[in-house]
Amino acid sequence: MKGSQAIIKSLTDEGVDVVFGYPGGVLLPLYDVIYDSDLKHILVRHEQCAAHAADGYARASGKVGVCIGTSGPGATNLVTGIATAYMDSAPVVALAGQVGTSLIGNDAFQEVDTIGITMPISKHSYQAMDPSEIPQMIRSSFYIARTGRPGPVVVDLPKDVQEGELDYPENITIDLPGYKPTKKGHPLQVKKAAELILKSKKPVILAGGGVIHSESSEELQHISELIGAPVTTSLMGKGCFPEDHPLSLGMLGMHGRVASNMLVDECDCLIAVGCRFSDRTTGDVNKFAPNAEIIHIDVDPAEIGKNVDVTVPIVGDAKIILSHLLRILSQAKGRVSNANWTKHVKTFRASCIPRLSFDETPLKPQQVIKEISEAVTDDTIVTTDVGQNQMWMAHYFTSRNPRKFISSGGLGTMGFGFPAAMGAKVAMPDDDVVAVCGDGGFLMVCQDLATVKEYDIPVVVCVLDNRYLGMVAQWQKLFYDERISQTKLKAMPDFVKLAESFGVNAHRVERPGEMKETLREALDSGEPALIDVMIDPNEILPMVPPGCGLTEIVGEYQVERENPGEITYRPSAKETGGD
Amino acid sequence: MDEQRSHIISALVMHRPGVLQRVSGLFTRRGFNIDSITVGPSEQDGLARMTIISRGDDKILEQIIKQLNKIIEVIKVRDLDPEGTVVRELCLIKTHATSESARSEILQYANIFRGRIVDVGPENLTLEITGTPDKIDALIDLLRAYGIKEIARTGPTAISRGSKTI
Repeated sequence: MKGSQAIIKSLTDEGVDVVFGYPGGVLLPLYDVIYDSDLKHILVRHEQCAAHAADGYARASGKVGVCIGTSGPGATNLVTGIATAYMDSAPVVALAGQVGTSLIGNDAFQEVDTIGITMPISKHSYQAMDPSEIPQMIRSSFYIARTGRPGPVVVDLPKDVQEGELDYPENITIDLPGYKPTKKGHPLQVKKAAELILKSKKPVILAGGGVIHSESSEELQHISELIGAPVTTSLMGKGCFPEDHPLSLGMLGMHGRVASNMLVDECDCLIAVGCRFSDRTTGDVNKFAPNAEIIHIDVDPAEIGKNVDVTVPIVGDAKIILSHLLRILSQAKGRVSNANWTKHVKTFRASCIPRLSFDETPLKPQQVIKEISEAVTDDTIVTTDVGQNQMWMAHYFTSRNPRKFISSGGLGTMGFGFPAAMGAKVAMPDDDVVAVCGDGGFLMVCQDLATVKEYDIPVVVCVLDNRYLGMVAQWQKLFYDERISQTKLKAMPDFVKLAESFGVNAHRVERPGEMKETLREALDSGEPALIDVMIDPNEILPMVPPGCGLTEIVGEYQVERENPGEITYRPSAKETGGD
Repeated sequence: MDEQRSHIISALVMHRPGVLQRVSGLFTRRGFNIDSITVGPSEQDGLARMTIISRGDDKILEQIIKQLNKIIEVIKVRDLDPEGTVVRELCLIKTHATSESARSEILQYANIFRGRIVDVGPENLTLEITGTPDKIDALIDLLRAYGIKEIARTGPTAISRGSKTI
């Protein structure tokens, strides 16, 4: 068969049924085969959106997302999406077209060194120089992308390699002597961790994206309840622990919740699972968890000791390690009691629950997010863009399940939210999908309204419209003497008309109470929609300034003082054993 | 603060195009120091051995090794203990040498350092010397008096003493 046919066969054998792509000259052989294949191809309007959509698909489903871009500019447009997936450990396979092998290196038309460019931002990269390499290369790419610490893999496919002939092998063995991710944690280390936990009086769990990747939410919750330890998450970990649980503290870090930041500062044992201690999570590392012995569980050995010194490192899969830890802790049940700490946590947490209800105009983002929360269900997937919209969502939106909150963390990619939502909806067609974006970020990718219209992908985009690059303006207000340099968006489109010009339903929300109803109706319509939400441009979120410790928060939260009681925790159907 | 030391890192890698770029790119991107890097085929088909000399404290060394191990084409990485390691570098030195006395002196130095004259011209001599980087430095210092025209050094390569292998 031809190389291009082998590519499609390899993808189908990996269980791929949908790809996000954009054709080009060197991809003609591949697209000619796609024409006849059963593979669903979604034509995006910019390659960056293909990569973000594949990423959103991957994060929502746990499967590998696939994107395709042509050589040269197609590949460079994929780059931002590949880097985004790399920073957040999302399993993506990016197929890039390349000029013919005889032209490589000659600065041929639309030639770029894709391997060279993507080397530092991908987990691995391949360039096929012979059609016979394709089956094993694609197989290995998927294996590398989804195992160990997941990440993006790039496969560069020269035109003549797509056109060449090969015999498709019957058996493909993966031969990667340098790639053997550790799954099972070292038993001695797990035992040490258990001893440390049993000795501690004030334990806190910090959960990151690794909990979601390894699907160990259940184990995490058991441990938390068993030892009475509250759970805080990184941005990537949001949703891995139900945020209405009495032991949930919400997100930690620069834009985190007061309860998280203060209790991590106070704790004597920090159990960090599947997180990499990013500067946005820890603040000044020298002031991070100053009273705590740290246990760090991570599948990537290079993350251990990289940013924070730890007492007990455990390398391996979080699910396997947490199960092991749970067995040991369960056997020592009589010894595990932190009742005073748990009581303190619950009282402290209740004293700093942020206020969400506001009845003024311009609309407060808190109120918008409260209404979004009320309009969606536990199965709704929300994606965010980057900036204030993202931090408001991370801070005020209550996530209850893993894989339902999708956001660009590590790279902080503006323009991520909308295409990621598109990918998530394609992956999980039965779930409602809402993208919460800022006006700046959405404008970077708004051309893909055409894609959601064409393929009838019913995502609802909520543009939190304040005519500012809000987060940058916030920093300018707080740290640059209110010199709002180049962050006021003076000329902006009418987003309602913009969406309508693509044939997408659009609504404008300006007053409290409108958002919930408008969003519910948009979701129920079963069609893609845009909601332009006019919000207060002056609202900022208190934060920890860069380089400061987690307790050194600037600005004050409006705290929910009227009803400082416990939040009611609704166990999900799964937890109660119901249907 | 840990002490900054020079480390000899030996890495067994797949012998494929792009691997050196992956390794050296990693050092650049993460801000690790490379004093030198050498690579050549190993005893096993398809595998090459790299010797990387790098400076840093223990924390940096740990990260270097862990990050190198993350590269799919890197099979094994070891920080070699300087005491138990044979380190050698090859150097070619082209000196200015017109007078008879200069020529005979240079020849004597070459013998003392167990080097060889590998090329002779009317106005120059080229020496080949193998040894530890210190030894090579010493010879270069001696030859400066005659006028060094060109130096080409390979950078150190290293192997563990005794039966230990990586």
